[in-house]
Amino acid sequence: MIEMTGIRKAYQTGKITFEALRGVDISIKENEYIAIVGPSGSGKSTLMNLMGCLDKPTGGEFYLDTERVETLSPNQLADIRNRKVGFVFQAFNLLPYATAYENVELPLLYAGLSGKERKARVTELLNRVGLGDKMANKPTEMSGGEMQRVAIARALANKPKLILADEPTGNLDTKSGRAIVEIFNDLWKDGHTIVIITHDMHIAKRCQRIIRLKDGLLDTGNEEEEQEQSLKVA
Amino acid sequence: MKPSILFNVFAQDFKKQRKRMVLTLMAILWGTMSIMLLLAYGEGMKDQFSKNLNGLGEGIVILWGGQTSVPFQGYGKGRRIHLHPEDVDYLKGRMPELEIVAAEYIRWGAEIKYKDKLISERINGVYPEYKEIRNFIPEMGGRMINELDMQSRRRVAFLGNEVKNRLFGYDTPDENIIGETIQINSTPYTVIGIMQPKIQMSSYQGSDEDVIAIPATTFHAILGDPYLDNIIFKPAEGFTFEDIESRLFSVMGSKYKFDPNDDQTLHTWDIMEERKVTMDIFQVIQYFLGFVGGLTLIIAAVGVANIMYVSIKERTREIGIKMAIGARRIYILMQFIVEALGITFLGGTLGICSAYLLTELFKMVPIESEVLNFMGRPTVSLEIGITVTVILGILGFFAGLFPAMKAASVNPNEALRYE
Ligand SMILES: Nc1ncnc2c1ncn2[C@@H]1O[C@H](COP(=O)(O)OP(=O)(O)OP(=O)(O)O)[C@@H](O)[C@H]1O
Ligand SMILES: [Mg+2]
Repeated sequence: MIEMTGIRKAYQTGKITFEALRGVDISIKENEYIAIVGPSGSGKSTLMNLMGCLDKPTGGEFYLDTERVETLSPNQLADIRNRKVGFVFQAFNLLPYATAYENVELPLLYAGLSGKERKARVTELLNRVGLGDKMANKPTEMSGGEMQRVAIARALANKPKLILADEPTGNLDTKSGRAIVEIFNDLWKDGHTIVIITHDMHIAKRCQRIIRLKDGLLDTGNEEEEQEQSLKVA
Repeated sequence: MKPSILFNVFAQDFKKQRKRMVLTLMAILWGTMSIMLLLAYGEGMKDQFSKNLNGLGEGIVILWGGQTSVPFQGYGKGRRIHLHPEDVDYLKGRMPELEIVAAEYIRWGAEIKYKDKLISERINGVYPEYKEIRNFIPEMGGRMINELDMQSRRRVAFLGNEVKNRLFGYDTPDENIIGETIQINSTPYTVIGIMQPKIQMSSYQGSDEDVIAIPATTFHAILGDPYLDNIIFKPAEGFTFEDIESRLFSVMGSKYKFDPNDDQTLHTWDIMEERKVTMDIFQVIQYFLGFVGGLTLIIAAVGVANIMYVSIKERTREIGIKMAIGARRIYILMQFIVEALGITFLGGTLGICSAYLLTELFKMVPIESEVLNFMGRPTVSLEIGITVTVILGILGFFAGLFPAMKAASVNPNEALRYE
């Protein structure tokens, strides 16, 4: 599903260039359930944004489903984000003026589905995350857990194979967080490939594999030590 | 993109930047109104001039006899060409390109008498067709000379609205004048009609308000002029005088034996041509007024572009979200263009409506003045509406395009980090 070799990502801020990723090799197979952990600023989000084609690496090779991502046009990248990838963010990132229904509908609009198809799909998705009765609510009229469930429904809109979640429980209380994690578990069982960034080792432990990052590199050091560090940060 | 989402975005923006939005809307409204009013003013003036130019007649050509300037078929040069009464039927028969042919006799300084009043005036022997082609329109209660008057050579007179005043005084109502008998060179004539006042901007023999018209046949029989003073004709639909000028010279040339290429033999005055030149001048004035108004609108459009730039900054995160879920650049582009067009058309519609209301209100104000008779009143035409709408569309599009290009070019990753 994902083949990354020697991936680098440099950010340019004014005259200063900062390399957030400095040569990362990662291979993820279909239907894997992966956690990415690491201290703040280690490049987790940067890595995930590359995986989701929100940005292009400045070095290395990245194949997504055998396609070389660096060679794709902005429109092709947009289509990949629309159909192959579903993002879930810590800050939910819902459109504030749109209802739950409209938020979930948007990726379907971009995919060019008919009104009837969209209606059926949005209803199905919101029911699946347990928000069948809140379709007309705007984000301001929902709790954090509910907003994140809308975001998951939106991420699932076009049945993407790959779900990327950047600290999805970071803004939620323990109970709501747990409910969100349950949804991810179900999605994994349904065959989705799932990558979660988290500071919560309880969540990370439930994954099949943990990828550790440190200063823009894969951290292959002492697992126990890393675990403690991460727990402290969280 | 769902229209309601676009609308909601717009509504939300409007709330956030109400003051700026209102100012921008006002600017567009004002710009649209000023361009509309300027154009309406030009249009009104053009209409009025067009009407005034029609006072003499619409699309007519006046023809006078001249003098040969080259020898032809044994005739020497310098021979006078006179127009004869039978030329009217001759031209009608030979030239189907002419819709109407009429003619007239003129006698200056005839003595006109009504009771004790004696004045010296010009009298014209005219054809009934003058009603149509020379706008000899009778006031209610009277009539213009007709075909029967012509055939029976009736002694009837149709009076210009000014000469009537001189003869009967300013206070005598028209109904007391119709049917009265006046003497023209001691011959009695019955007054059958009085001309409706009209504005006439050009003439070849003096103003029509001073005309004393009698049937051409009566004129010929009583006053005995052998020659017509002029012939007036109107080219048929689809013909201009230019198309038929050479035909006219050869048709007349074959009757009067002159060289059809000799342009001194007949003199013509093509009102249509003159009118075209005048109207062209007004068109140029319209362009100028449109340009001036357009500048005002451009400034307003810059305001729209500015508000769009600001709103992009505020909505960077929204753009990032949309890109993250798969919006192509064109969707982002469209959203901003549609929004700019929305503001422009909202302001524009208000402006068009206000300008229309203002001009309609002005039309209802019952002022009669020489200036208005000359300048006309501002008139909003469909053409103006379409022109302004197109200008608004173009400006709105560009006011949206540049900010939209900026919006669509943001890196989705950066946009999502934007706070
Ligand atoms: N768009 C950007 N421009 C400049 N620097 C950036 C940009 N994005 C990230 N960085 C920098 O790259 C480094 C890695 O950032 P990243 O967001 O990947 O870290 P992270 O591991 O997700 O941290 P956190 O746990 O705090 O979310 C940081 O030092 C950050 O300041
Ligand atoms: Mg992060």
